[in-house]
Amino acid sequence: MDNDNYYIVLCKNPIRFEPVSKVNNVFFDDANKQVFAVRSGGAMGVVMKGPDEKSSASFRMEDRGDIISIKFSPDKRILAAQRSSKTVEFLNFQEDLNTDQQEYSQACKGKTTEIRGFVWSSNTEIIFITSGGLEHYQVLPEKRSLKSLKTQALQVNWYVWLGSSNLLLISSGTLGNTLYPFQFKTPGVMTKLPKFEVDLPAMPRPQKLALLDRDVIMAVIYENLYIVVLRHPPSTSTGAEIVLYQIQKEGLARKTDVLKLEMSGRFAINVVDNLIMVHHQASKTSVIFDIHLEGKSDGYVTYHYPVLSPLGIKPFKLLLPSLNMQAGTDRAEYNCELYSANWIVFQPDIVIDAKLGCLWTLQISLNPLVTMIPDKDRLIQFLLNRTDSKPVILNVCAQMLVPGKQASLQSLAKVYDMLNLTYKQHLDIQGQLSAGETVSGTGNKKVVIEQPDMFTHVFSVFEEHKDIKYKFIVAVLIEYIRSLNQFGILVQHYLYELIINILVQNNCFYQLHQFLQYHVLSDSKPLACLMLSLETVYPPAHQLALDMLKRLQTANEEIVEVLLSKQQLLPALRFIRSVGNVDVVSARKFLEAALNTNDNMIFYTVFKFFEQRNLKLKANPRFQTGEHCEQYVQQFESLFGYEAFMSLPTVQ
Amino acid sequence: MSEDISLLNFFVFNSEYGPREGEEEKKILFYYPGEVDVDTKIKRVGLSEAIIKFSETFSDKPCQSLHTQKTRQVFYEPEQCFWIVMTVAIPFKEKIKDGQPFTEYRDDHVQDSVYEAILRQAYKMFKLFNGTFTTILARANGEVEALKQRLEHFYDKYLLTLKLAQGDILDVFNGIHFLPLDKNTYLRIQCFINSLEATFPFVKYTAFLYNEKLVWSGLEQEDMRIMYKYLTHSLFPTFMEQELHGGQNRPPVTSGHYGKFMTGPPNLNDDRNMGKLPRVYVNTEEIDEECYLLVYTALSATICLLVNVRSPLTVPLCRKLDSMLGPQMTKLASDISEQYNKRVAALNSTEPVFKYVYFNHMNLAQQTTVHIDLQKRSGVNIHKDVLRLLGDINADLTKENEDGETIVKTTSDVWVVGKKSDQREFYVIITQRTANLIDINEEVKRLCSTYLNSIFFLD
Repeated sequence: MDNDNYYIVLCKNPIRFEPVSKVNNVFFDDANKQVFAVRSGGAMGVVMKGPDEKSSASFRMEDRGDIISIKFSPDKRILAAQRSSKTVEFLNFQEDLNTDQQEYSQACKGKTTEIRGFVWSSNTEIIFITSGGLEHYQVLPEKRSLKSLKTQALQVNWYVWLGSSNLLLISSGTLGNTLYPFQFKTPGVMTKLPKFEVDLPAMPRPQKLALLDRDVIMAVIYENLYIVVLRHPPSTSTGAEIVLYQIQKEGLARKTDVLKLEMSGRFAINVVDNLIMVHHQASKTSVIFDIHLEGKSDGYVTYHYPVLSPLGIKPFKLLLPSLNMQAGTDRAEYNCELYSANWIVFQPDIVIDAKLGCLWTLQISLNPLVTMIPDKDRLIQFLLNRTDSKPVILNVCAQMLVPGKQASLQSLAKVYDMLNLTYKQHLDIQGQLSAGETVSGTGNKKVVIEQPDMFTHVFSVFEEHKDIKYKFIVAVLIEYIRSLNQFGILVQHYLYELIINILVQNNCFYQLHQFLQYHVLSDSKPLACLMLSLETVYPPAHQLALDMLKRLQTANEEIVEVLLSKQQLLPALRFIRSVGNVDVVSARKFLEAALNTNDNMIFYTVFKFFEQRNLKLKANPRFQTGEHCEQYVQQFESLFGYEAFMSLPTVQ
Repeated sequence: MSEDISLLNFFVFNSEYGPREGEEEKKILFYYPGEVDVDTKIKRVGLSEAIIKFSETFSDKPCQSLHTQKTRQVFYEPEQCFWIVMTVAIPFKEKIKDGQPFTEYRDDHVQDSVYEAILRQAYKMFKLFNGTFTTILARANGEVEALKQRLEHFYDKYLLTLKLAQGDILDVFNGIHFLPLDKNTYLRIQCFINSLEATFPFVKYTAFLYNEKLVWSGLEQEDMRIMYKYLTHSLFPTFMEQELHGGQNRPPVTSGHYGKFMTGPPNLNDDRNMGKLPRVYVNTEEIDEECYLLVYTALSATICLLVNVRSPLTVPLCRKLDSMLGPQMTKLASDISEQYNKRVAALNSTEPVFKYVYFNHMNLAQQTTVHIDLQKRSGVNIHKDVLRLLGDINADLTKENEDGETIVKTTSDVWVVGKKSDQREFYVIITQRTANLIDINEEVKRLCSTYLNSIFFLD
């Protein structure tokens, strides 16, 4: 990246279309994100371009006058075009986007009503918004006719449609601040949600339309539906505000957040990755707001300030066919004018320059933000709510450990707690899903930083930077383990191994001992084995390992192995007796270990122990051939004589 | 008993000093009681040295103790050629036998293991506050007088605090009481200490205690062992006494927390008064590293901060420490207390019919229900004879250095069981008049499986 000082960027490959001209009209349908270039009323062709190549199409229409609005049904099988204030024409399309050119139409009801616009609520349902209310129709393409489903009388100033939620918002009243939300979730049904009023900064005198459609958008932010209202200040001395009304489950709207712009003038609003992005044309800058970052609350409403100070969008260069052949290239770079007067923004994240013939989506570039938000706590909180932020978060976490940029332990603690909170929520949902339960709100798209991520991408810093003090490393790992434990997340063995290795390398055995004593490092067979391997450098490790194996309750064999390897024959015998394993252990293994002690008394005792076992199990003290003890029987005889063998039971 | 175990003399000498006749006095570095005339001192030291030399002919191990009818002498050579010797009087009783009065000396009341341990402790305590004899000499360019002064300064006071009659098995173990704590609280304390040491890098080592029980030590085990002894037997009781008697005039608590310095500045508003600040010598990272011992307490939690004497420590610095320690220690202390009280309540609800002493040589963890309080201030709740029996069993098990078990029934029908398994010792006292050996064996097995189920302790 050549310029890292911008975090708002236009997408690399804008959708190109024929610019607006005398013969070419351009329309944009934000519900389907389709741009239409209509030449000569369609007679010279209509080129439709969607967000991807597949959704592009070109076709011809009869020129029957200037088009006011043109929109495909969501499945692109019916095209609706409005050419007058009274009717909307329809054209059927086949799957291959061929059309039969046979139009049919529907007029609005009432003699004086005018159509303000129309929206598709499903593949075959359309709503006319007229000056007198709503008209809900079903389109019957085979019959080339429409069937009226429902009408709703209402004075309409303007409307806003949010296709993703099938929500229509109508402005009514003289001031325009009475808003009626309608929902079209179920086919054929229009649901009227409770109306509400937007408070106005000042009452206009005489009374006239005070809330304009350009100042109102609808958006889904963090899975909640909001009506976003731009409030212009009564005087220029105070800045403008954006007020968020959240549509609750019951349909009631509640004022929840206020975004302080600290500027006035013309604004355009987008929503990108759950951030509210506000463009200010006069200063050619933009700001972003994150309603999930901490704000100031008065108990009802939370007040937010921009995440960062105003900054422009990253300059955009367009490659255009060059006229200057002397340059030797057939393409020239063209610096697009940002915040141009020709710009129109659409929801949620679209910017169109109609004169240039460009459609961009806005994006947030996370890397430049890292240095712009110095408070790591806030930075991580911000990043956790962004999509695809995982590599950036991991990089930030790693940088927090690098000498010179090292963060304080308090700061690390906060960051780890944030990471592990979402980690825990993720694990809980996973657990519920695997248990076959249905989970509400699974749409948590927060980035999850798990232990393997931390281990490979963050704690690897310790390997790369040998100058980090071991005390800091241990403190960081303990902080992370504390945080995991606090959220009840099982700590993975490799983290323990890492901390143990560091303690061992620095001879901090007593610290290690204390950690084990308080079970900071959870019991496991691998950990016990690791402890056993440390016995030579730190003798108490032996005891710690045995305790651990005992607590595991599944490691009796290992305990026997440890005791035998330490030539602790008698404790081993007592142990197998205490756990009731006497009948199943291998006699050969014990005899071999006993012989290795070079203590004849021990060998004698062990031999006698197993003679007793043989007697009990098989009514015969002699060893069976399958036990492979012949060598030890011979050894016993050579040491103690034949008479020393237990006598065979007398046959009666 | 008409006469308790009492200290007769205590002296330190170097067998290399004053090798020529007439110069014997040079050998003596310290002698208690000081008022004894030089000739007696020389004689006593000379006799000890002779015994040590004589016994060397018979054993590779140095001479440990000398038994006489009326006295017991214990020897300890902490550093090459430096010997510390302590003599105690054997308790006796005036009796009448066949109409004749005679004195019965109870030699068995004085256990070698106990008094050898007390002697070792006396040396280690000196070392904690002064460093080794060798270090002192090295620092004073071999000037023996410096060492003599140090010894006198320290032992004159220390010997007065020795409670010889109370010596028992706990002195032999000289262990540490650890606070049982759940993992999460423990980790919080860990993180608090890490953050403290990172914020104040001059704090070199830290130890955290609650209710006189250890939670964390950044010091090595041996350093912590003697430090723990000092804290619990000297500093804490003295501080508590001061607090009870109104203590110094402290400013009223306006800070919203309960933290205060136990050693160090008594008044944080007085920049010139650092108060009493002990210096200690520890061997965790380097030999005889001299550190200030700054102790801070809030409610029942105590934190010991060791600061190398090379780092300047001032009242403003202590104020900064206070502003971090105060609120956090107060919070931690009240959280631990909640958990601790629950645990204590749970223990008390199932009052066991037996008493026990437990010690683990590996981590020095000790536990006792034989003693009324951990620091032996309020005495014991078993008979003195039984307590001594514990010491005897311990001495037996130690001699063998093998795992084993001893079961004893006393004439007063008390069963005493001592068990040793891989560096751990467990002593149980059961008062069950009607029980037989099998019952007791079963009972102890049951106890081990309930109380020691999380460790590898063989039956």
